[in-house]
Amino acid sequence: MILTYIEIRDGKIKKSSLETLSEASRKARETGTAAEAVVVGACPETAGADLGSAGASKVHVLESPELSVYSSQGFVRALETLVRETAPAAVFFPATAMGRDLAPRLAARLDVSLASDCTAVDISSGRIVFTRPVFAGKARLTLALTAAPAIATLRPNVFPLEAANGASAEVVKKTVDIPVDAVGGRVSEIVCEMGAVLDVSEAEIVVSGGRAMKGPEGFTQLSELAALLPRSAVGASRTAVDSGWIGHSHQVGQTGKTVSPNLYFAFGISGAIQHMAGMSSSKVIVAVNKDPEAPMFKVADYGIVGDLFAVIPALAAELKTLA
Amino acid sequence: MNVVVFLKRVPDTESRIRIDREAKAVLEEGLNFIISPNDEYAVEEALRLREAKGGKVTAVSFGPEEAAPTLRKALAMGADEAVLVKDDRRETYDSLRTARVLAAFVKARAADSDLLLFGRMSVGSDNASVPSMVAEILSLPQANVVTKLEIEGTKAVAHREIEGALEKVAFSLPAVVSAQKGLNEPRYETLKGIMAAKKKPVPVITPAELGLEGAALDPKVEILDLELPPAKPAGKILPGTPEEAAKELVRLLRTEAKVL
Ligand SMILES: Cc1cc2nc3c(=O)[nH]c(=O)nc-3n(C[C@H](O)[C@H](O)[C@H](O)COP(=O)(O)OP(=O)(O)OC[C@H]3O[C@@H](n4cnc5c(N)ncnc54)[C@H](O)[C@@H]3O)c2cc1C
Ligand SMILES: Nc1ncnc2c1ncn2[C@@H]1O[C@H](COP(=O)(O)O)[C@@H](O)[C@H]1O
Repeated sequence: MILTYIEIRDGKIKKSSLETLSEASRKARETGTAAEAVVVGACPETAGADLGSAGASKVHVLESPELSVYSSQGFVRALETLVRETAPAAVFFPATAMGRDLAPRLAARLDVSLASDCTAVDISSGRIVFTRPVFAGKARLTLALTAAPAIATLRPNVFPLEAANGASAEVVKKTVDIPVDAVGGRVSEIVCEMGAVLDVSEAEIVVSGGRAMKGPEGFTQLSELAALLPRSAVGASRTAVDSGWIGHSHQVGQTGKTVSPNLYFAFGISGAIQHMAGMSSSKVIVAVNKDPEAPMFKVADYGIVGDLFAVIPALAAELKTLA
Repeated sequence: MNVVVFLKRVPDTESRIRIDREAKAVLEEGLNFIISPNDEYAVEEALRLREAKGGKVTAVSFGPEEAAPTLRKALAMGADEAVLVKDDRRETYDSLRTARVLAAFVKARAADSDLLLFGRMSVGSDNASVPSMVAEILSLPQANVVTKLEIEGTKAVAHREIEGALEKVAFSLPAVVSAQKGLNEPRYETLKGIMAAKKKPVPVITPAELGLEGAALDPKVEILDLELPPAKPAGKILPGTPEEAAKELVRLLRTEAKVL
């Protein structure tokens, strides 16, 4: 059995969790085993249908008064109980802030290692083989874990969703006992910085700008362009963030966020290795730069050599004709 | 307030990586090594806490003997002590193995620590896992990807970056915190600091001295392959005026790339 951790935010199942479960269920099918899902704490009513559709045969819901808010210690205790009881061959997490907080902690509790931020999973040889970027994407590591269960986090926006098929999963609720003194730290508050705006790491289209945006007004133009594109977010290079033109939460790269959207626009970003570290796994890359030698053109699928302040309005006008 | 800060020696982020496919390892020849960038925020935070609350800052690295200069940098910034735990292996990409060694160090040599500070993620292994694993092994609370840390007595609140929001985590000390850009601005070493650091010893100990030997140090990650990412075929440069190029771009994104 392959178990997938399902992250719930604001009472909803995160898309990255559905992607992770979809991949788990493909691998489980290939080896003739089951894919099951686990929700810790409050579970939305629609979980049976939503997770069944993504390939789960069963959804374990672990409940306890101690699990009403997120704590790495409490959640790991709950997951440990389930893992010991069901002995999965693998446990997958989405490589989100929560998944990356929790998965290593569970691994250590079970005395196994883990594969972080994987971009491919292969089971054809009979063992689970993971591929993941290392050295900020400058190299690619293929590895197997020698102790079971194999714990991995899977990079969001990389693995396709299973097509909805109307299947439904059995939901099994279980109360777990978490000693109060087992939890020394918990989330006290979540502050939404950006209102309803999508995070760069979750967006399907990222519109990024660099030093050439010249100031906050440049980023206003990028936001207007992003508003014409579905499920999009504005990204930035470190130079733009350090200049104070846009918040750090928008920074893409080694010291910022890793994104792999379907479409990545780089406006006036030279393509320093530390920036590429965060976006080179994007499916389609568009570079706009006045310097034809800019390294970003080397990874771009489409490039426009020119002044971005002329290209942005032209692109906006063209996108408006589609609407 | 006693703080231990954990540092890893890694190739400079600018480095071009070359690989020995046979050995499934990065070729170290010609590489310039630095302290992993996120770890500098951890050192800076440790120094600020000591300046505000007293106590001492100990810098620790698990790595080859060549990692001593990494620790000297922390000493030059102002750390009180540094210890190198010698690793006989090359990069294993195994965060559990590292975490067990670091946790064993804390148990054996720094059991009175109030705070264990890490970088969010190290360059190379790119795991972002060692801090949470050390926290679990030592049964401590954790706060990862932290951009702000407030400590009052034995109570702490950390701001951590999550998707589209900021999460405040309240926890009690001792605890594990991993630093993200934004936490502070790391100071530069001063000449005086560098000179003083030169005089300080950097003791080298083995994992065996911490009670870890043999199978306890075997990696649980089996490296099957290490390769450069496949080169991407050259993209299309779209000619013409901005209007023409924009029109063609939108057409290609819809019909060829099918992403719009
Ligand atoms: C340890 C470390 C970590 C780092 N982490 C990150 C990170 O996470 N993210 C990150 O982005 N960087 C990071 N950096 C910084 C990185 O090395 C680069 O300095 C940075 O990415 C450059 O930003 P930029 O491309 O916006 O600016 P520049 O490199 O200055 O490029 C600006 C580009 O805009 C073009 N241009 C100028 N005017 C116009 C115009 N009118 N129209 C079109 N094009 C124009 C120029 O030709 C140039 O290519 C890191 C550096 C270090 C050392
Ligand atoms: N070999 C090591 N020695 C000391 N600290 C380490 C080592 N490896 C990782 N760390 C610490 O753990 C953090 C996260 O590393 P990683 O989990 O490898 O991404 C780093 O930023 C360091 O603070």
